[in-house]
Amino acid sequence: MAYTGKLGELVKKVEESRASRVGVHYPRMSQEERQDVLEKFHPDYNPNGFRDIKVGVNKGARMPVEMADVFESWSRLRDTKLDLNADPDYDVDVLIIGGGGAGASAALEAYAAGSDVMIATKLRFGDANTMMAQGGIQAADKENDTPAIHYLDVVGGGRFENVPELARALVMDAPLVIKWLEDMGTMFDKKDDGTMVTIHGGGTSRKRMHAARDYTGAEIMRTLRDEVLNKGVTIVEFCAAVEIILDSKGRAAGAVLFNLETEQYLIARAKTVIIATGGSGRLHYRGFPTSNHYGATADGLVIGYRAGAKTIYADSIQYHPTGGAYPPQLLGLLVTEKTRGLGATPLNIKGEQFVYHLETRDVESSAILRECDERGLGVPLPTGITAVWLDSPIIELIHGEGTVEKQLPAMMRQFQRFGVDIRKEPMLIYPTLHYQNGGLLIDENGLTAVENLYVAGEAAGGIHGTNRLMGNSLLDIIVFGRRAGRHAAAVSKEASTPEGLNLDHVEAYHRELEETGAADGRVGPVLLPHYTHR
Amino acid sequence: MSDEIKMVDIFIMGKRYTVPETLTIMDGMEYAGYQLKRGCGCRAGFCGACATVYRIAGDFELKVGLACQTKVEDGMYLAQIPFFPGRKATFDLEEIKPSTAHFAQLYPEVYRCLGCSSCTKVCPQDIDVMQYIAYIQRGDFEKAADISFDCLMCGLCVSRCPANIVHYNAALTARRLYSRYIARPDAFLAERTKAIEAGECDAEIDALVNSNQAKLQEMYNTREIE
Repeated sequence: MAYTGKLGELVKKVEESRASRVGVHYPRMSQEERQDVLEKFHPDYNPNGFRDIKVGVNKGARMPVEMADVFESWSRLRDTKLDLNADPDYDVDVLIIGGGGAGASAALEAYAAGSDVMIATKLRFGDANTMMAQGGIQAADKENDTPAIHYLDVVGGGRFENVPELARALVMDAPLVIKWLEDMGTMFDKKDDGTMVTIHGGGTSRKRMHAARDYTGAEIMRTLRDEVLNKGVTIVEFCAAVEIILDSKGRAAGAVLFNLETEQYLIARAKTVIIATGGSGRLHYRGFPTSNHYGATADGLVIGYRAGAKTIYADSIQYHPTGGAYPPQLLGLLVTEKTRGLGATPLNIKGEQFVYHLETRDVESSAILRECDERGLGVPLPTGITAVWLDSPIIELIHGEGTVEKQLPAMMRQFQRFGVDIRKEPMLIYPTLHYQNGGLLIDENGLTAVENLYVAGEAAGGIHGTNRLMGNSLLDIIVFGRRAGRHAAAVSKEASTPEGLNLDHVEAYHRELEETGAADGRVGPVLLPHYTHR
Repeated sequence: MSDEIKMVDIFIMGKRYTVPETLTIMDGMEYAGYQLKRGCGCRAGFCGACATVYRIAGDFELKVGLACQTKVEDGMYLAQIPFFPGRKATFDLEEIKPSTAHFAQLYPEVYRCLGCSSCTKVCPQDIDVMQYIAYIQRGDFEKAADISFDCLMCGLCVSRCPANIVHYNAALTARRLYSRYIARPDAFLAERTKAIEAGECDAEIDALVNSNQAKLQEMYNTREIE
């Protein structure tokens, strides 16, 4: 029994009302109510959460405050003298920064095209959000589906704000990506005749979600990683890129790396550079917990922006309504949407339902925030935060005993490890920071506004508009990782060794920071979160 | 933190720190003042970065766990194993087949298993590691792939193996062999791939790409849902 003391008392209210809630339909919100709760409570609509960035190529663009803070920061190299044109520590055709799914895909394609490739990554190769993706990967590879049908889902889900060419590339490459992974020996869920098992995801009009049990991202990542290792690609772990180096013509020409362990700076010279550093959930916008990997601190966004790459939809963040809140070990952990799909409902401190349980992610999140903030009906936790109940035991009343174990085995294990039996006890949840919808703007080859500088994966923006659908992120990282890898390899083949390596853009950025006084004492990128649990 | 929370003593590589009993080992290390570089990854039990060995004072048994998935306990002596120098055989998947002959060339040590079951006992995912090694020995790659699937590649099995088997790499090779050669390829997927490469899907999608938003919106709102 994880709920003792006050929580133990409160859980009784949930138990008391449970039987009376079975079969009672809580009304959905009207369009007006949805808009109202979003505008009042969704973090994206809260003006206090955002400010306009004062420096750089997108001066005046709206960003979450915490993102603007790391963008408006001094370079870590501010007081460091480096000879960028001495013999470099590494000298390659294609430098890939980041060792997740996008970086690994880029490496395989660039290698296949004959390039000398290197991956530099802040943590271990494979430490990335890719590894944590459970749900699946979309691709139109059934007879009743086409890339065009997939396209309509993508842009409709993205509020018609997607860059059309990027959405087109995403869906057209999707079946090719699945085939590529299948040939590489990725263990997708299949029928005996080889047909991929596919299901619906939120916002899909066809069943096109491919999965590898509930370890889809992990299975893809470990397969890609194994293949990169088979090819003998140079992997430099625990080395974070802290600046992009440009050449005398303003083209990307490498990066300054920081060895986290020896605390030395290293120079990597390259004909082309691919930023594949992922998202930014660990910046904890508005103090939210996150479902993101430890390394998701926006490093690539910061250094790419300083080098001149533009941002798009940097103010669009996806919150998942059901992140774990208690026991504290589960804070931010993703509670799969399937839990609500099976009938589990959010309840307030009185054990009362306050929102239809299957509103869209943004509306459901907002309603939970309203209950905790405005109405003061959240459940106060010993850890100092508030949360709401998610009544998982009602699933057993609705669908019969044994349903939770059969349908939600991973979830059940995760909570059981910390003493909560979700078959008998409700969960405590709170919205969690899940995904950065925007990023650095790319074209369909992954190229930014800076020559020879590419971005792939969650660090890139424009593909998903302002709202990504489930299953399109695992897809996006591989589609654009491969495209960037191929294009960078082709460009590198024609290019000569870069000359006149410099960080003039960083100096210029510093001058802007000085003029505006924007940076305060901040230094970025931050590289590692700092947690004290106090 | 409120007053209700009890504090416990843990010993990180022998050094004592007092931390709240509610924390995981990982959080406990951070509470103690560490900013983790090694030994920390997804923080959700998926990546295997935080394999940890521990022993409770007064007990002789060495226990293991993932630091992000294991709570601290009073008197816990712990050390992380953030890296283990296990060997990975490199191969060209197109040049090998799911046969014991090929496998023995890549991982000959698999056939030297002593049957001690240390790997199974140590697995934080409760995988029957020794059993999948046995399946590999017999050439049953399908069963090996199936029961090894939840492996996080944390390396604890390797750290305990007297025969120097690198279980997690052997299992990954087995899964790739199974998926490439034993599971059947998706026939329609191959067809669709060819159609896209031949440009047969271009016209339909370009019509959408070139549509204005009003038209797209109408199509989206009236689209048929399977």
